[in-house]
Amino acid sequence: MSTNQIVPLSIEPERYEFREARAYVLELTRRDLFKFLGAGALVLCASPKTSALQESGRGQHRNDSMPKEIGAWLHIGEDGKVTVFTGKVEVGQNIRTSLTQAVAEELHAPVSQIELLMGDTLLVPFDMGTFGSRTTPTMNLQLRKVSAAACDLLKDIAAKTWNVESTHLVAAGGKISDPISKNSASYGELLRGRELAQLIPDQDPLLPATEWKVAGKPLAKVGGRDFVTGVHKYPSDQKRPGMLYGKIVRPSKSQATLISVETSAAEKMPGVVVVHDGEFIGVAAPSEELATRAAAAIKTEWKAELQPSSKNIFEYLRNNLDARDGSGSPSKEVPSVQTDGRGFQNSATYTVAYIAHTPLEPRAALAEWNGDKLTVWTGTQRPFDVREGLASAFRIPQESVHVLMPDTGSAYGGKHTGEAAIEAARLARAAKKPVKIVWTRKEEFTWAYFRPAGVIDIRAAVDANGQIEYWEFTNFNSGGSGLSTPYAAEVRRERFQPTKYPLRQGSYRGLAATANHFARESFMDELAHQAKLDPLEFRLKNLKDDRLRAVFGAAAKKFGWASAKKSPGRGFGIVGGVEKGGYVATCAEVAVDKSTGSVRVVRLVTAFECGAIVNPDGLRNQVEGANIMGLGGALFEAIEFEDGRILNAAFSKYRVPRFKDVPAIETVLIDRKDLPSAGAGETPIVGVAPAIGNAIFDATGVRFRSLPMAPNGLKLS
Amino acid sequence: MARVTSLLVNGSSRRVDADSQSSLLSVLREQLDLTGTKYGCGEGQCGACTVLIDGAPHRSCLIPVAEAEGKPITTIEDLAKDGRLHPLQEAFLAEDAMQCAYCTSGMIMSAAGLLRTDSNPSENKIKDYLDGNICRCGAYPRIVAAVQRAAHMMKGGTR
Repeated sequence: MSTNQIVPLSIEPERYEFREARAYVLELTRRDLFKFLGAGALVLCASPKTSALQESGRGQHRNDSMPKEIGAWLHIGEDGKVTVFTGKVEVGQNIRTSLTQAVAEELHAPVSQIELLMGDTLLVPFDMGTFGSRTTPTMNLQLRKVSAAACDLLKDIAAKTWNVESTHLVAAGGKISDPISKNSASYGELLRGRELAQLIPDQDPLLPATEWKVAGKPLAKVGGRDFVTGVHKYPSDQKRPGMLYGKIVRPSKSQATLISVETSAAEKMPGVVVVHDGEFIGVAAPSEELATRAAAAIKTEWKAELQPSSKNIFEYLRNNLDARDGSGSPSKEVPSVQTDGRGFQNSATYTVAYIAHTPLEPRAALAEWNGDKLTVWTGTQRPFDVREGLASAFRIPQESVHVLMPDTGSAYGGKHTGEAAIEAARLARAAKKPVKIVWTRKEEFTWAYFRPAGVIDIRAAVDANGQIEYWEFTNFNSGGSGLSTPYAAEVRRERFQPTKYPLRQGSYRGLAATANHFARESFMDELAHQAKLDPLEFRLKNLKDDRLRAVFGAAAKKFGWASAKKSPGRGFGIVGGVEKGGYVATCAEVAVDKSTGSVRVVRLVTAFECGAIVNPDGLRNQVEGANIMGLGGALFEAIEFEDGRILNAAFSKYRVPRFKDVPAIETVLIDRKDLPSAGAGETPIVGVAPAIGNAIFDATGVRFRSLPMAPNGLKLS
Repeated sequence: MARVTSLLVNGSSRRVDADSQSSLLSVLREQLDLTGTKYGCGEGQCGACTVLIDGAPHRSCLIPVAEAEGKPITTIEDLAKDGRLHPLQEAFLAEDAMQCAYCTSGMIMSAAGLLRTDSNPSENKIKDYLDGNICRCGAYPRIVAAVQRAAHMMKGGTR
């Protein structure tokens, strides 16, 4: 098998870790914005990384041009309506709601008057994208600052109008009032007829979390009514006059090159536009059904090298190290480990399979050309990156491309790229009409990218007192997130080893932290049993981090860890971890039928701490969702592939968690109002697989070191 | 090929022009702009495309439009009456039973089918009935709570 000839495809994993923000290019002038939004006040917040803005300080810009680097801005209109502009996007993590709370809090305006304009590349400040749980620690803070500044500006205006001191004015409910002179005016009234613009530097005093009134409390999904009534238009629901439906003719397998194509039958179909441009073959037609028939009528021949399969993937990854990476091949040197002759050493290998995000809304885009200007509606976590990709694909300036991102049917790290946008735009250019493409579920399973498969080797030595003396951890291919152990070990060697890989791979909720936590927390369990210590006791013995100790304590208490008694077929597991500024501990209870190998997760208890909580109910929703999503990858999700073909590209063949899989889920939130808020959409997923694995071991005495652990039930013998 | 020229949707007769074998889902979305009904898998596995036909939930992605001809079809857009939300819609909001909400229409339409046949379903009955509906965000426990809340409301319970 000529697997060595596989050329890696472009890699997406954890790309935000090595990508820096670039300078923002703004097309709109201040005047444009006032024209668009009407009179009122415009308040802009400098990007945290921008030092140049410190020089300009507070006050208005002299000329009409907008500053080059801005994190966020908001506009308050004469009607009191607040419009907030942010490059972050909504994919179900409900930041539209939590960010609205942040603005309401600092601006002292009702939630109903605030609207967020998100991910529209023409109107919002540049943003790298929505990933890495960065919205809450960065954008939430910026919007609080810009809102606080806007509130100060309104107080200044009121003070001048009423000829009083601004210091004792009170802002509440969208009004400024003066308890002494009894004057009161709404924000809209104060701004009538004005066009104010104020730029604030990145350091304004903010309300401490202990004084929050709107934030820190539950708020239901903003605009929820549009979602329960079917009114909201997702990217795949968009429509334009004269719009056609597009379909792409896909290669027979991945990494294939085109040998021949025969399009004449499709071209004869009335109303069908056929495009063959290099390896791009697609059609556009007045109905999706006709487009599907036309695409099927195109005959193609492809060729490709023999490629690895899911059956031998782990061997492949281990044997195909990416030599271009600086870390090179693993050290052959065996360290001498002191265990006083009374401790012990152990080693194990863990693996994780490729899995798919399979967001319920597949990739979708609608593209429309107007001369050389291109407008695209699409579901993506990186609208500005999609804009750049479109500009480069069509050799037009970025200023000619406008990307809009309607609130989208989820992503989980899977929508960093803009394939559908380019496909729709290419067809629209040929058809001279707007074209919409919605990927089929099969396309989504086949031509998107996957969470990387990986192999993890661990070796450790523990002394007679149960202290970890030596810790060696190597991750092949799956990624570096969560690589470092939070436990105290005298000597640590932790390494991410890139390899060649057969499937397109990229970001996924929690990135490699899920694989790395699975390996580490399972192996910690192995060590605890070998040391004849309770798994929680062994961890606490080796743990100095107080925040992690606190979540362990909270989860164990809620779960009743100390009193949990295993019985035949019942087992318990406990794990913990730190990721993206959040601290998580997860306890699992499982029921195993040893005769059939069937396993049921009975209960999952999560304790989570991510600093000051912005929206407790939204946070619970995220923790619950992360638990359920994590359960799929833990027990049964795996992409099966062979020689460049995906073998289970359908929900009927790829099992995702459903109602009957869901255990009792209990969540303990620790609200640290003294600490900055961290993002929370990802971290709670990392403990699920190892907690379940440890519980299965507890119930059966069998250690499962590969994810998924029970694709067809547990193999107990 | 035979054509279907009208459908009885949300209480009125609507003109369409579709191949009889086209899916009901594609006709609702493309020709009638009823995009609240979603595509999720095209094989009846995820429930995002659920509509009521003769009051019973069906996967519109698998139903040739000819089969639905002449039968009353209800989509998510017609569940609220005169601006007043259906109890299921209110309950989904009250329980925050959604994240991205792409599955929500299908969940609500399936649950509407359930509540027509069982006004007081147990938790297990709800899970069983809705097991063919996928929520990738994992809002399942909240959806179960929302269906229970709606059942309570429909029996005249307090909201």
